[in-house]
This record gives sequence, C-alpha cells and structure tokens, in this order.
Amino acid sequence: MWGSDREPHIAQTHREAPTRVPETEPRTGARSAAPAVELIDVTKVFPGVVANDSVNLLVERGEIHAVVGENGAGKSTLMKILFGMQAPDEGTIRVGGQETGFASPKEAIAAGIGMVHQHFMLADNLTVVENIVLGFEPTRGPRLDFVKARAKITELADVHGLPIDPDVLVETLAVGERQRVEILKVLYRGAEILILDEPTAVLVPQEVEELFRNLHSLRDEGVTIIFISHKLDEVLAIADRITVMRGGKTVATVDPRDVDAHQLAELMVGSELPTPETRESTVTDQVELEVEGVGVRAGERWALRNISFVIRRGEVVGIAGVEGNGQSELIEALIGVRQADEGRIELGGLDITGWGTRERLENGLGIIPEDRHRQALLLSSPLWENAMLGHQSLEPFVDGPWIQREGARERTQTIVDAFDVRTPGVDTLAIALSGGNQQKLIVGREMVSEPRMLIAAHPTRGIDVGAQAAVWEQLRNARALGLAVLLISADLEELIGLSDTLRVIYRGRLVADLDPATVTPEELGSYMTGVRQEVTE
Amino acid sequence: MNGRLRSLGTVLAAPAAALVFALVVGSIALSVVGVNPLFAYSEMLEFSASANSFVSIFNRAVPLYISAIAVAIGFKMLLFNIGVEGQYLLAGLVAAAVGAQLTLWAPLHIVVMLVVAVVVGAVWAGIAGILKTWRGVHEVVSTIMLNFIAFSVVAFLLKNYFRDDPASLNLATKPLPLSGRFPSLNPVLEFFGLEPASGFELRGYLLVAVLLGVLYYILVWRTRFGFDLRASGLNADAALFSGVKPKRMVVLTMLISGGFAGLVGMGQVTGFFYGYTQDFPRFLGFDGIAVALLGRNHPVGMGLGALIIGFLRRSSQILDLRGVPREVTVIIEGVVVLAVVVAYEVVNRRVQAAEVKAAAEATQRPGGVAEAA
Amino acid sequence: MSTARDVAEQIPPDRGRPLPDLLHDRRLRLLLLASAVLLLGGVVARATSAQELTSSGTFGAAFRFAMPVMLAGLGGLYAERSGVINIGLEGMMIAGTWFGAWGGWQFGPWYGVLFGVLGGALFGLIHAIATVTFAVDHIVSGVAINALALGGMRFLSTVVYDNVPGAGVTQSPRTAPIDTLSIPFLSGGDLFGWRSPDMLGWIEDRSWVFLSDAAAVVSGVTKGVSWLTLVALALVPLSWWLLWRTPWGLRLRSCGENPYAAESLGVNVLRMKYYAVVTSGGLAGLGGAYLVLVQAGIYREAQTAGRGFIGLAAMLFGNYQPTGVLGGAALFGFADALRIRQTSAVHALLLLVGILLAMFALWTVYRLQLQRGLAIAAFAVGFILWFALTDDVPPEFVPMTPYVVTLLVLSLASQRLRMPAADGLRYRKGEAV
Ligand SMILES: Nc1ncnc2c1ncn2[C@@H]1O[C@H](COP(=O)(O)OP(=O)(O)O)[C@@H](O)[C@H]1O
Ligand SMILES: [Mg+2]
Repeated sequence: MWGSDREPHIAQTHREAPTRVPETEPRTGARSAAPAVELIDVTKVFPGVVANDSVNLLVERGEIHAVVGENGAGKSTLMKILFGMQAPDEGTIRVGGQETGFASPKEAIAAGIGMVHQHFMLADNLTVVENIVLGFEPTRGPRLDFVKARAKITELADVHGLPIDPDVLVETLAVGERQRVEILKVLYRGAEILILDEPTAVLVPQEVEELFRNLHSLRDEGVTIIFISHKLDEVLAIADRITVMRGGKTVATVDPRDVDAHQLAELMVGSELPTPETRESTVTDQVELEVEGVGVRAGERWALRNISFVIRRGEVVGIAGVEGNGQSELIEALIGVRQADEGRIELGGLDITGWGTRERLENGLGIIPEDRHRQALLLSSPLWENAMLGHQSLEPFVDGPWIQREGARERTQTIVDAFDVRTPGVDTLAIALSGGNQQKLIVGREMVSEPRMLIAAHPTRGIDVGAQAAVWEQLRNARALGLAVLLISADLEELIGLSDTLRVIYRGRLVADLDPATVTPEELGSYMTGVRQEVTE
Repeated sequence: MNGRLRSLGTVLAAPAAALVFALVVGSIALSVVGVNPLFAYSEMLEFSASANSFVSIFNRAVPLYISAIAVAIGFKMLLFNIGVEGQYLLAGLVAAAVGAQLTLWAPLHIVVMLVVAVVVGAVWAGIAGILKTWRGVHEVVSTIMLNFIAFSVVAFLLKNYFRDDPASLNLATKPLPLSGRFPSLNPVLEFFGLEPASGFELRGYLLVAVLLGVLYYILVWRTRFGFDLRASGLNADAALFSGVKPKRMVVLTMLISGGFAGLVGMGQVTGFFYGYTQDFPRFLGFDGIAVALLGRNHPVGMGLGALIIGFLRRSSQILDLRGVPREVTVIIEGVVVLAVVVAYEVVNRRVQAAEVKAAAEATQRPGGVAEAA
Repeated sequence: MSTARDVAEQIPPDRGRPLPDLLHDRRLRLLLLASAVLLLGGVVARATSAQELTSSGTFGAAFRFAMPVMLAGLGGLYAERSGVINIGLEGMMIAGTWFGAWGGWQFGPWYGVLFGVLGGALFGLIHAIATVTFAVDHIVSGVAINALALGGMRFLSTVVYDNVPGAGVTQSPRTAPIDTLSIPFLSGGDLFGWRSPDMLGWIEDRSWVFLSDAAAVVSGVTKGVSWLTLVALALVPLSWWLLWRTPWGLRLRSCGENPYAAESLGVNVLRMKYYAVVTSGGLAGLGGAYLVLVQAGIYREAQTAGRGFIGLAAMLFGNYQPTGVLGGAALFGFADALRIRQTSAVHALLLLVGILLAMFALWTVYRLQLQRGLAIAAFAVGFILWFALTDDVPPEFVPMTPYVVTLLVLSLASQRLRMPAADGLRYRKGEAV
C-alpha cells in the first residue's frame, strides 16, 4: 500500500546510519571526489524581488560550509531550492556531481539531503516519533511499525548524543529539544548533506556550543554541512569555508582563517554592521510602569508568577529569556489581552490592572508585538488602515464613532516620511512591503502617537540591517525624550546594547537582575537556561 | 490610480467569468435533457423584459438583498450566521402579530413593526452569539440548530397564540390594519411609463432595502465599529492587540446581523400577505448566503447579486410553460455561487501579486533597496 | 533545558478540587457515568410511566437514527484532521440520499449504498477543488456546496423522476430494504432456520430497574439490526486504526497539524487533503444513503434535516475522535428516537435532563466552580419546572428535541476541544516561512 514503495529505502538507512563511512556508501561511492553540492547560476524571482540572482555555490564533501548574508539576502530561498521546496527559475543543481532538479523534498531526501528549517517544522500535537518518521514510516504490513521506529530513534539519539524521549508530544518540548528533534529527523533519513538554516537564532550561547560540538562530530563522520547564519563570529568559529550572499547574489567565498568579522561585514552589507550601542544614560527617577507580583495562569499551571519590576521614564528594561519562558504571557498581561490572575500593574501612577487593552492603549501604552504578521498587521489592507490599527479610537484617525479617512491618510503619510517607510503610497497594501518597511511602519505608528511606555518585542527580528539601524535609532531617540521601554528580544547583543537594566525570565519568573554594562552573553545564557539563579523573592 | 482602475476591472472580471461558467454548466444540463440552451436563455431574457417581470424581479431581490446584508455583516468578521432563516421567520411572525394588534399613525405603525422585527431577530441571533462567547459553541452549528428550533417555535406560536381564526384550517395571523401596510411604488413606475398588470405591485419596501444598504456601507466602512469588525475578520490576533474585545464583538455582530435578518421578511408582511401566513416564503435566509457570496459582501455587489437571482427565479417561470425543467436555474444559481467564490480567490491573488510588484518597483527606483537608510 | 510549560509548578487546588482517585481512569469514568444515566433514566421512565424512555424499541431506533449522524461526523473527522473544515457535509449527505435512492431503485439496495458514497464523494471532490486547489475559505465553500447540492438534486429529480409513478421533483420511488440480523440467543435471531430464544427480551419484560434497562440497550443494538448498520459501526474502529496506526493516517493528520512540516518531509500535502476531503464526502454520502435505505425506504427532499450539521456537532462533541463521534451521534439518535416513539417520553426527557443538569451543577459546585454551577443549576430548575408545570410537550415542540439536545450537549461539552492546529487555515505549497 502507501508505505511499500519506501520500505527498501528505510531498510537501507537502517544499515547505514550508525556507522557512517562515506567511502563505502553505495550511492556516491564512484564519484567520491565530486563536490557534494554545486549550484550554478541559480535564479529565483518572486513578485517584485529577485531572491536569487545567478547564484553560484560549491560545497565540498565533508566540510562545514557557511552561507552568510543579512536578512533578505536570499539564503533561505537558495536552500529551499536545493531541498526541492521551491523550483528555481533558472540554473543548474548538481549533487555528488550528478545534475538534479528536485521537484519535491521527497526527491531531495532520497538523494541524501536533509534540512533543518529556520522556523521549526514540527507538529505540536504529534509525538516525537511521529514527527521524526513522518513521510518515511517503517511499516509492518499496512501498519506503521512504532516499535521499529522507536528503536531506531533511540539508537540514533545515543550515537549522536542527542537525548530525547520519543513518546512525548512535541508541544511539551523546549526550544533546544525541538532542535534536537529536527536534527534527528534529518539523521533518521540518513542524510549525508545537512542544511541548517539559522539554527542558532533561538539558542543561548551554551546551546550554540553544544550544537557546534554535535556538528563537528557529524562532519568527522563524513556528513557535509551547510550552515546558514547572519552572525559573523559564529560563522568564523565553525565554518571550514564561507560563502557570502548579498542582495540575492553570491559575492565571495572565503576561508575563515583569511578574514575577520570586519571584512566579512564589509562583504555582507558593504559597510560595518550597525551596533545597538546606547550612549549616556537618560534614566530619570519618575516611575512610568510598575508591575507588582503579577501572575498569569495557563490552564493548570502558572505561566508567569511573582513578576515585579519598575520602568522609569527614559529607561530601557530588557528581558532576556529562552523563548517560551513566559515572555508572551508577560506582554499579553501588560497590554491587557490577557488579564493577570494576580498582582497589580500601574501605568503613570494609575492602577490599570483591570483595564482592557483599548483603555491601556488610549492611556499611552504602545506595543510592537513579537509576531509582525500575526499580531501587528492587516496584510491585505492598505497602509493607512494599518497605521490606524491600535489607534482606531484616537484622533486623527477617528472623530467620535466616525473614521476620518483624510486624517488617517495624512497621518500615515507623516509616518511614511518620518520613518523612511519605502512605499509607493499610503494606499498600498501592507503585504506589498518588505519586512523591514513593515516594521518601520509599525514602529512609526507607535512613536508618532507619543506613548509614555513602549513594549518592544523583538523589534528587529528578521529585518535588513538598514531597517535594523533605523529602528534602533528610533528607540534611542525616544528614550532620550523620556520614553519608558520594555525590550524583549532573543538577540542578546541587542538586549545588552540597548538596555539600561537587564532582567532574565526563566520558567515564568524573573530570576536575575543584571547590569548590561558588565554582563557577557555567556553569563546571560547561563541565567537563561537556569544554570545560574539569583532568585529575588 | 491607474492601478486601482485596473484592479477594479479584474474584480469585475471574477463574477462575469463565474456567470459565464455557470451558463455553460446550465447549457450542458439543458442539452442533457434535450433542450437547446440558446432557446431557453433567449426565452428567459424575453420573458423578463416586461413591466411585470421588472416588478417581480425587484420584489424578489429585496428580501434576498436584506438577507445578504445580514449574512455579510457577520462574514466581514468571519462570523457565520447561517441562522438568518430562523431569525427572519420568527421576527416576521412576531412583528405581524404585534402589528395586527395596533392602530397607529401609518408611518409609525410600520416603524413599530420593523423595530419589533429587528429586536426579535437580534435576540434569536444573540443566543448563538452568547453560546459562542460563553460556551465556545461554533456559530455555524448553533445557528443551524436554532433554525430548526425556530421552525418549531413559529409553528407553536402561530397555532396557539397568534392565530387569527381558531376555527379555520388556514393558519395565519390577523390581517394588518391599513395603517400597517407599506404603500406600493407603482405610481412611480407609471410616471416612468411602466404599467404592470394588476397583481404586480412594486413593494415600497424596496426603499427600506436601499436604506439598509447605505446603512450597512456606512457602518462597516465608515465607523470605528466597522473598522474593528473588519480588522477582526482580517486578522483576529492583530485586532485583539489593537484593543478589540473579541467576545463583545461577536455578540454585538450577532445582534446586528440578527437585527438585519429580522427585516428580511417584513416586505412580504407589510406589502403582500399583510400578516404572517403558512405560505410565508422559506429559504430566504439560505438564499441570502448565496447572494452575500456572489456580491462579496459589498453593498453594490450584493445588490447586483440579488437582482441576478431575482431574474433567474422570475424567468424560470417561462421555462415550465415551454416544457423545460425550470430547476435548471437552480443549478445555475448553485454553480455561479461556487464559481464566483473560486474566481474571487484567483483574482485576489492576482491583484495582490500586482500590488507587491508595483511596490517593489516603486521603492527600487533610485539605487538599491538596502543601500540608503 | 525546559520551558515554562513542562516544569512550572502545578497550580494549587484553589481552582477546583481534584478528581477522586477512582475517577482518574477516563474509560471507567465514562462507564460509570453511562450506567448512572441509565439507572436514572429507568427510574424516571417508571416514575412518569413513559416506558419508551428506556425501551429496546427506543434504543434500537436511537441506534438507527444515530448512524447517519455518526457517518457524517466521521466524514467531518477525516476532513478536519487533514486541516479542511467541512461545512458542506450537509450537502454531501443530500447527494448521498439522492444517489442512494436512485441506485437502490435502479439496481438494488447495496448498489444504492455504493452510489450514495459516490455521490457524496463527488461533492467532497468539489469541496477539495475549491478549498485545497483554489484556497477558498473553507466555510464559504462549504456553504456554497450545500446550496449547489440542494439545487443539483432537485434538478436531477425533475430529469430522472419525470414520468416515474410514485416519484417526482421532491421524492424518489420506494427502495428495497437492506437485510437485517438478530443475534441468536441474545435477541432471538434465527439459527439455521430455528428461532432461538430472546433472552434480552425476556429480561427487559421483567421490568427490573437498571437490569431490564441495560438489557433493552443491548437488545436495541442486537435485534433486527441492518447489515448496513454493522458496516457503519465497523467504520469507527477502522477509522481509528487508519488514522492513528498507519502511515497514511499519520500523514493525513500531519497535514492538519502542520502542513508545511509535512511538506518539508516529502508528504504530498495537497494529495492527502484531497484523499481526506473526498473520503469525508463519501462517508457523508454513506450517511445519506443510510437515511434512505435503512431508515426511510425513500428519498425525500430536505430529508437530511440538518443531520450533516449535527454530524459536525457530534464530531466537536467527540473532540475529533472516532469513538467520541459515535457517542455524540448516539445522544442525538436517542433524542430523535424518543420523539418518534412516544411524545410523552419527550416530556419525561425534560425531567431526566433537569435531574442530570442538577447533578452536573452539584458536581461543578463540588469542584468549586461556583459561577458555572449556578448557571447550570438555573437551567436545571428551568427544565424541572417545565416538566412539573406541564402535562405534555406541545406537539409543535417535539420535532425540535434533537436540535435542543444537540445545542445543550455542545454548550456543556465543547470547552476542552483540541482542534487540529492547522484546521481551516489556508495552505499553499511552497509558502512556508
Ligand atoms: N514565498 C515567497 N514569496 C515572495 N517573496 C519571498 C518568498 N520567500 C522569500 N521571499 C523574498 O525573497 C527575499 C529573500 O528571502 P530569504 O531567502 O528568506 O532571505 P534570507 O533567508 O537570506 O533572510 C526576501 O526579499 C523575501 O521577502
Ligand atoms: Mg532566512
């Protein structure tokens, strides 16, 4: 039946996986000298964007080859093309010297390619086993053979030092464990070429080190690894060779021993990378936001407990934490999308604990939500309606119950001009803008209304360096004018660079209070993973 | 601006293509039963080109249009009120019963009846709104169940409480007094030289429908409430983060939708049956869904959609006389609705892609994208 | 490394008292609950002399009435597990009734079954084309499908039944029935031509509280059961096995949970969704055919009377699990059967529902959810008063029994739904972020 055509292959991977000796592999044995992957003049055009413009990439067997480039440079697109998820418009792909063109990931997997995606590709409501074997199930008759699957996974986990419980639902896993599942998925299919798209974005420094150790041992077993990143020091630390992408083109392939981070940055964006430095402190002694003992329930558990902190005018308080430790709940409790189950919140001296979101927004709370597309935009609506969003009860967007189209358009034009949103006009649909420009619009709409307190969640995630620098600049300026900011970010450099005070959130509690002037990312990482605790209760 | 015009063109192309497709399917169906489709279609057109048909088409379109508005207002926030059917029947019955008991200055009499209809419709729809917000019951299921319950309640009330003459077999409310009857628009028609035969009265309720269309437009596109409503439909999470209270929105929208629904049958109550009888038309609620889909929740689009359906229904009458199964128009209706939904989706994608492209070109004018910042 | 989720402390029991240890096993809990309801039902039936409340005849009818709903619910289950909401079940069921009747009339009942399935599957295919290929909003497409099915079947009737005696635009000729079966010894079935004793019937006749009622339940499902019922019932475990124990099922479910993950592992998501939605239509069509061939013996327009939607409700009640769908359908079938069997039983049902609600309210209060408990108690009082202050249910209200029960059950049960994560979301190949 439906499983049968895959069975021989499963059997094969069973044999191969534990001992990985590239020379004896039947599939590529004859051509072991050929490069693992060759991409020649690959071009891919999306409406309005040339994501890949005659890209050339050559990856030798058994090396860790890094591909760097800023957000939007076309790295993910290139890898999806190699993996058969996107069809190239032009170009040649060779794997192991053989010309191929994968029509689907299935074919790429069959050719020994595996990919760990930038955003985890996991089904929360399925178990680890189910996630791993999906599409490649061992069978006994028509049945899925869970016993065999479990044994195989446990074995792979042992061999590669990736411990995991195969029978739990993925939704119960932490970020690091999820990544392990992703890597196991690839190993389970017996991949010889492993693509990792920005695997470190969600990890703390300690986890990054662990990942690098795993990657090194995989390479030593003969696996070819393509490592995508935009973090230069990481790339320099792990790669055997580095290819730099910029604006959809490959601009150079270099040896990490021959370059330093500055030179790489120069290749990547044509200049130094912007850094999120804040200058002198602007912290005042007027408290803008006071949070006291806030707790939020999630079903039978506490997602957030005993949260207390204050933010003063002109102060940026940064919250560091591994994703899923209560940041979302904190944001939601602060803007009133979710009511705190205990504790008190005061904004500008007013007790806002029981208020709804709209009242809070009307009273000077601003929000840059963590997920731009999901929480901050109406993608199929024009910009002027997006500029209204969150301010639809305020002038100049409305007059009493009536929408003021002219006022809204003018205000939007102001935002577009002042915040350098690149758009043909205010009637353009939000979906038509690049991520950076969308984010500038969101930042702009919050700033223009001059909030007293801004919650900025991942304000520069996934946007190009130009937009990133602009957003940082805006945050600094507003802070200088007395804005209180709560900054939540996964980018530790951003946190350290912009914050006046740093708190770490771990398992729904604030576990550390650190000085950004002296703290290192490694130190931060050990608090974020609970290795160190400085409980303040 | 040029782009806007172009996209308007593509938007209009969708229903046109769907209509053609439906006519083709209809032709196939007709051919299968051995009828020349051209013959059938030309008969239908010819039959419709008369004053009588004009009146009939508009009279049919009016309740469909109001029903479509009731559905569309929910659709706008992805709230599916499939219960217009039950809401308008119940509202029509109660309003007719109340109206029969009153004697008032004519305009006021009618207004009172309409208000009663609005309230009854809103209350009945509100049950679904509350079940959704309070107990998480999906409104598609609950409104359908409420339809069947409404049928029972209507039968019960009509038989036991609102019946005019307990002796007669005919179940009907007491006829409305003259002050509760909506005047016909035939004098206006005559002014324009159209003279429909007796029995063909263009119901004055048409004006109410037009008014409701305007009201719908203003409410949805020109008010803060409308913005919240549309935002909730386009992106519920973003709406939530912008301060919309989803539960309040659901209940409110259900109430408004039900209020509109209550008015669906009032044209017949005040302008044709002068009361509520067993022959009261059914299925207007479900037809409204089709019209809302056809007109894409747009006040003008739905008006056209209602007229198209009205035309199909009126002109199908001639088919029987010519020995052609009139049910072919039912097929055309069904197909056109489905086809138009698909066509809109395709066009929408096109328009968005064009927009993305335009934006990219416009922003790339001088130099590159990322360079200057 | 862990997140807040797996290690965060348990909330202390100020939220509600925990369950007694005995009740922790879910199956045991359900069994106890069912027995308690049956016991109570027996008592109420005797107290109000509405014997039909717990007679084998009622249970047998309940069972027959439950099947179409269950089949539609199973259909919904396949579609939604693959991520496609199927509001078009009603339309697919309508197609099933028409084609089932036509096939049954032309070629015999089992062909009717086949044609019913095919008719439903055809409309499933249309739904799949609209939602999967063209990414039309699932509910919008479903609504359109319902309209199309209604119109299409009427047209077919005018064409096919034009000159057929006893048939017309709104109904088909009568169809031959499907054979039935009674289990020997238990329910007095024939064994090689010899009529075996009817043990359950004997127990039922004794009118022992609970014992006779339990016998009536078993008798209802073992006496005079249509073979098609057995087929339908077999589909419950079969669906479970297919969806949770085979690669096909895993792939199908993965499409409903995270289609992009499935896609990235080489699963052909579009094809899986097509399989699921067409299967969904086929099952709903089978439900329609059942309605015609087992229940009514004839096709009538609007015969489904919202059963497709009730199937959807049964699926929600059953929390997207096959056995749950069966349970939800059984409740509906029972309410439907009562209204047919005996009007006074519907009146007794008021009391039963009132008492059950009151007990539920007590339970809620015991678990320290006061507000909810009070709300439920208000309903309980309402039902009991209605029972006490009237002698019977007005005949106009009897037909609405199943719909009220459905609403009631949904509003009491639909809180802890675990819907597939990508259910109803638009999926386009290659658009993963
Ligand atoms: N499916 C898609 N449709 C349209 N544009 C896309 C799509 N995927 C990527 N792009 C665009 O292609 C460009 C390159 O994106 P990507 O490959 O994700 O960059 P990177 O991974 O280097 O950050 C971006 O401008 C992005 O907006
Ligand atoms: Mg990327």
